[in-house]
Amino acid sequence: MKFGVVVFPGSNCDADVKHVLQDVVNQDTRFVWHKDPLPRALDCVVLPGGFSYGDYLRTGAIARFSPVMEGVMEFAAQGGLVLGICNGFQVLTEAGLLPGALMVNKNLKFMCKPVYLRVEHNGTPFTNALNAGDVIEVPIAHGEGNYFADPEVLEEIERNNQVVFRYCTREGVVNAQANPNGSVNNIAGLINKEGNVLGMMPHPERCSEEVIGRVDGIKVFQSIINWWQGRK
Amino acid sequence: MEPTVWRSMGLRDDEYLRIKELLGREPNYVELGIFAVMWSEHCSYKTSKPVLRKFPTQGRQVIQGPGENAGVVDIGDGQAVVFKIESHNHPSAIEPFQGAATGVGGIVRDVFTMGARPIAILDSLRFGDLDNNRTKYLFSGVVSGISWYGNCLGIPTVGGEVFFDKSYEGNPLVNAMCIGLVDQDKLAKGAAAGIGNPVMAVGARTGRDGIHGATFASAELTEASEESRPSVQVGDPFMEKLLLEACLEIISEDLVVGMQDMGAAGLTSSSSEMAARAKTGLEIDVSLVPVRETGMTPYEIMLSESQERMLLVPKKGTEDRVQEIFEKWGLKAVKVGRVIEERVLRIKEGENVVAEIPVQALVDESPVCHYKVVEPLDRENLKLDLDAIPEPADYNQVLKSLLSSPTIASKEWVYEQYDHGVGINTVVYPGSDAAVMRIKGTSKGVAASTDCNGRYCYLDPYEGGKIAVAEAARNVVCSGAVPLAITNCLNFGNPEKEEVFWQFNKCIEGMSEACRRLNTPVTGGNVSFYNESPQGAVHPTPVVGMVGLIADIDNRLTQAFKTAGSKVLLLGETKGELGGSEYLYYIHKLTAGTPPGLDLNTEQRLHRVVLEAAEKGLLLSAHDCSEGGLAVALAESVITGSLGVKVKLPQFDGRLDALLFGEDQSRIIVSLSEDMMPELMEVINRHSIPYHVLGEVTEDGFLVLTASGSEVINLSTGEITNIWREEIRCRMS
Repeated sequence: MKFGVVVFPGSNCDADVKHVLQDVVNQDTRFVWHKDPLPRALDCVVLPGGFSYGDYLRTGAIARFSPVMEGVMEFAAQGGLVLGICNGFQVLTEAGLLPGALMVNKNLKFMCKPVYLRVEHNGTPFTNALNAGDVIEVPIAHGEGNYFADPEVLEEIERNNQVVFRYCTREGVVNAQANPNGSVNNIAGLINKEGNVLGMMPHPERCSEEVIGRVDGIKVFQSIINWWQGRK
Repeated sequence: MEPTVWRSMGLRDDEYLRIKELLGREPNYVELGIFAVMWSEHCSYKTSKPVLRKFPTQGRQVIQGPGENAGVVDIGDGQAVVFKIESHNHPSAIEPFQGAATGVGGIVRDVFTMGARPIAILDSLRFGDLDNNRTKYLFSGVVSGISWYGNCLGIPTVGGEVFFDKSYEGNPLVNAMCIGLVDQDKLAKGAAAGIGNPVMAVGARTGRDGIHGATFASAELTEASEESRPSVQVGDPFMEKLLLEACLEIISEDLVVGMQDMGAAGLTSSSSEMAARAKTGLEIDVSLVPVRETGMTPYEIMLSESQERMLLVPKKGTEDRVQEIFEKWGLKAVKVGRVIEERVLRIKEGENVVAEIPVQALVDESPVCHYKVVEPLDRENLKLDLDAIPEPADYNQVLKSLLSSPTIASKEWVYEQYDHGVGINTVVYPGSDAAVMRIKGTSKGVAASTDCNGRYCYLDPYEGGKIAVAEAARNVVCSGAVPLAITNCLNFGNPEKEEVFWQFNKCIEGMSEACRRLNTPVTGGNVSFYNESPQGAVHPTPVVGMVGLIADIDNRLTQAFKTAGSKVLLLGETKGELGGSEYLYYIHKLTAGTPPGLDLNTEQRLHRVVLEAAEKGLLLSAHDCSEGGLAVALAESVITGSLGVKVKLPQFDGRLDALLFGEDQSRIIVSLSEDMMPELMEVINRHSIPYHVLGEVTEDGFLVLTASGSEVINLSTGEITNIWREEIRCRMS
């Protein structure tokens, strides 16, 4: 499977995602520079975490206008798989590929720690290796991960089953105490209506190897590979 | 020229005369400014130089010792670790957020100019007592500044320390350390070699910020220091991230002859130091330097400390490729001069020469101050009368109280604000004795720790210096790594004061002895004097940044207990030394006594025991006993392991508080499964290290009994966990 990891100026999880895709799940992975057109024949595009354009103006607001994004929009429109992690999620909402917005954390501070996520459903290309209701442990590292959407939009998201991950307790209970950043409805990860674009604040690439201490994230990447293989 | 001119720049009258003598004429204003910053304590080390020579700097592992942008040690397989620590104390005292942020920025540049990719940041911080609102403001600002800058760069902040003591009240210490990884054949140096090679200014444009920052760092903080706020630079971590990537790209294409950060004293120090190292000269036309504002004078351009700039000497003919790479990253690389044979720093503005100074005059001829080392006579007030201190009636209460001391309590509130996972190399996270980073593609890991107990150094600078090195080494050993080398950040008061200079001397002598014995040479560092406020000098605080190597990261250790039923041993001897302890400071409000003794021979044997046991896979955990002594160290292993412990103390004749909270050195608490005991005993006996079997790990509860079996402490794991974990968060919210 061919993966492209987009590199914006200020991306800083690009190499991490590439490492996991290339060296852990052994897929053909290349960087795509933000000024270059999106190469043809990619099977999945990842927008990695970091501080694209220094997060100046608003997180993701400038990256969204990078030349490569035109290709990413087109790729997504044709049903191509797009995964946005952390800053990548922010870029996706700015670009309008996903609804809502990510605001400053409720406590106004950057937060780096492992959190628990409840898998809301596994009928997506990104979660088919998991079960609905599974609780996975994935680190977050962001200052602006507080997901917000208008009530009407939120209702639509929920109605369409677009919420893929919610912050929860170790036991899988979704409550305010388990919500690290104030996200509405504890939303940690969200898919588009068409089911091919996923944005998530937590970092699956940071928990995909035994040596790092956590391995739940690998299932997201394995799901993508499963889905693609099933489709071939 | 009026004396007020040079005096306002921080030059003494005799220094001015010396400048005249070296030039053979009166300096002009620009030249005087250049001399003032280059001869400032911060750049010239004029006071510390003679003392720093005492440090051992040689060793088989050392590839680059002091004198370059950062130290370099061999970690095998053609790879090396580049590392350095630096202070940003004064800027942080005035403007904590930007002061700390630009401190991180500066140290990171020192590492990537060497061609290394930064893989970790550690921060060693000192503040006054946390009850004070100003302290809270400084603490919170410094942590956010580090978080803002380091996180954006995508370099994990993996460790360090935070220490609270009223001696730091008016003058906090903010020391940042960066570690980078490089293939030895890609190592770059800060030398302007090759006559005729171009000199380029790269990165951010030059503005008016930070002019005379180095001079500001070389004076005491006073009530009027607030007015020096313009001397504090403003950082742009996004710019630095671009600069980092662009610089590593030109190094990987082998386009670079030499490179140096325009840090303290900006263009002035980078140009003269690069020329000095290569024994060349430089000619720079300031009218070519990209500036942020119009009307900047040559003086301002030469002395600006605008951040995120580098001076670069590329190979002749590669300027276009260099420019192309910088443009790719959205940055400017502009040719501003060339390397010349005549060993002068010639500054031109267009065709006019505005300054011309022999390079040696700036770098090698800088004045050296030889202050006398005078031992202060009256240290009576530091004597400890234990008889005047009642033994506690309730040890549960004392332990709970100590766990809530901000120096001991969990620093989760701090490191949760730092991205410590980016790079996916962190294999021992913040909160253990040392952080460990894996080296991808190998089985190796690099461990790092920063340490110094300023209270010990204040009470006995020689022993305190020794302990700083030994403790840093011990922490690295507790992660299963062999200590390799140190960098240091020497934070002291005003060296013109007899007592401060004596402290400085003694600390360095103590550190040197420990470095020699533990085979951890000094590869560089930074001296920060004039850490004083109207309340007086800070405790002498020579912070040690230690790096170590683990051959196989599968053998790494953390402090946390792992399984109920495992045995708990205390390695090392307990005499019950309370002098300088956190117990005396926090519970009895006393800074007194002599710090615990340290025998380097014992220390070394202790390290061998733990390293050998770790390598054989005998141990489940290892934790150094430091602030708070045996009781606190045990509690930390319990809390971080979410388990319990049942302990029987050794037979002891002295006071119980001394046994529990004394900070005797060279002690490590290990846990292991019972079937590994015979093998561990063999290792312990072979190295003749005293030990005591304390007891075993339990599911829950913190239970401590005396040798005769009476109960001393009995608390639930939940209760001590809450106290330890929530204290700082509560105070800060």
